[in-house]
Amino acid sequence: MDHSIESLAEERHAGGGVKEIWRVTIILSVLTIVELALGFSMIGMDEQSLKRHIIKGIIVILMLAKAFYIVAYFMHLKHELRNMIMTIVVPLCLFIWFISAFLADGNSFKNYKNKWDRNHLEHSKEKMPVQEEGTHHLE
Amino acid sequence: MNTTVTTTGMWKGGRSPFNVEYGKLMMWYFLMSDAFTFGAFLIAYGTTRFATNGWPDPNTVFRTYPFGGETHAPLVFVSIMTFILIISSVTMVLAVHEGHAMNKKGVAKYMVLTILGGLAFLGCQAWEWTHLYHEGAWWGRNPFPNADGTISTTNFTNFFFTITGFHGFHVFSGVIINCIMLIMVLRGVFERRGHYLMIEKAGLYWHFVDLVWVFVFTCFYLI
Repeated sequence: MDHSIESLAEERHAGGGVKEIWRVTIILSVLTIVELALGFSMIGMDEQSLKRHIIKGIIVILMLAKAFYIVAYFMHLKHELRNMIMTIVVPLCLFIWFISAFLADGNSFKNYKNKWDRNHLEHSKEKMPVQEEGTHHLE
Repeated sequence: MNTTVTTTGMWKGGRSPFNVEYGKLMMWYFLMSDAFTFGAFLIAYGTTRFATNGWPDPNTVFRTYPFGGETHAPLVFVSIMTFILIISSVTMVLAVHEGHAMNKKGVAKYMVLTILGGLAFLGCQAWEWTHLYHEGAWWGRNPFPNADGTISTTNFTNFFFTITGFHGFHVFSGVIINCIMLIMVLRGVFERRGHYLMIEKAGLYWHFVDLVWVFVFTCFYLI
């Protein structure tokens, strides 16, 4: 038994070694910097503008790219056997359904509430009283 | 020998059909279930946000860094936190790599660096939480207006503290696990055992913590 574990440790040398680690590090850093640059570019942009939504979409795509690099190279999943990869990745595909269904549901709930509960809509248009500097600090 | 013979041979018993050690496979399945837990949290947050009129602008909420006073520097502090976690993930991979080479000193060195990275991240988070608390934000309290100046709900702070707290707890337990691994490395446990597979398992957990931060960071601070 002990021998088989050792042979497993021996077998799993596939992968690019230190060179690959640094390559992935650079990719992750660049992706993060691009994300931050996009985040900065959104400051002051209109909340509901199409441009802002597009930038948010790009940030989400970059986020997924980062997730791929961490799982595939740092967690070494890319170099595992295909069957094993599938037992991890296929269940996670449920997220595609979870995210689209729940976000669409939330959005439609908001629209119905604004349409039928006028009181709620009016209330959500009230401005927050401007607090004087320092008053919101806890005593 | 063609492929079919090899494949059936793999499932005949006597060896791992996934060519992965049992503990490591179970770590993967645990992480998958943990991914669903975090996913459920983040989807609940997204759903609530989609169901709410208006939402606070992260760039006005998270705009300070230590010793910066009341400066307006959105994203600066959180980008430092992100890089700390990425770098500590890199040192963890390097520790695993040294483990393959059976280099005890190398593993110990990179484990120390990884632990330091984890502690630095926790320190940053502690500072941020304290700062937000003193601004009046906590579970059930939200001093920040929506981006358009209207009154916001406490959902913003509730989700923020719950999810970053849950992630911070994972970082904390990751640091503890890494400390135990470091002690075992220094005592030569893995050297006697003949392999450093345990470091790989701890590494998987640590990378997962970094992975979750990628999502938390994007969902709360960027969009």
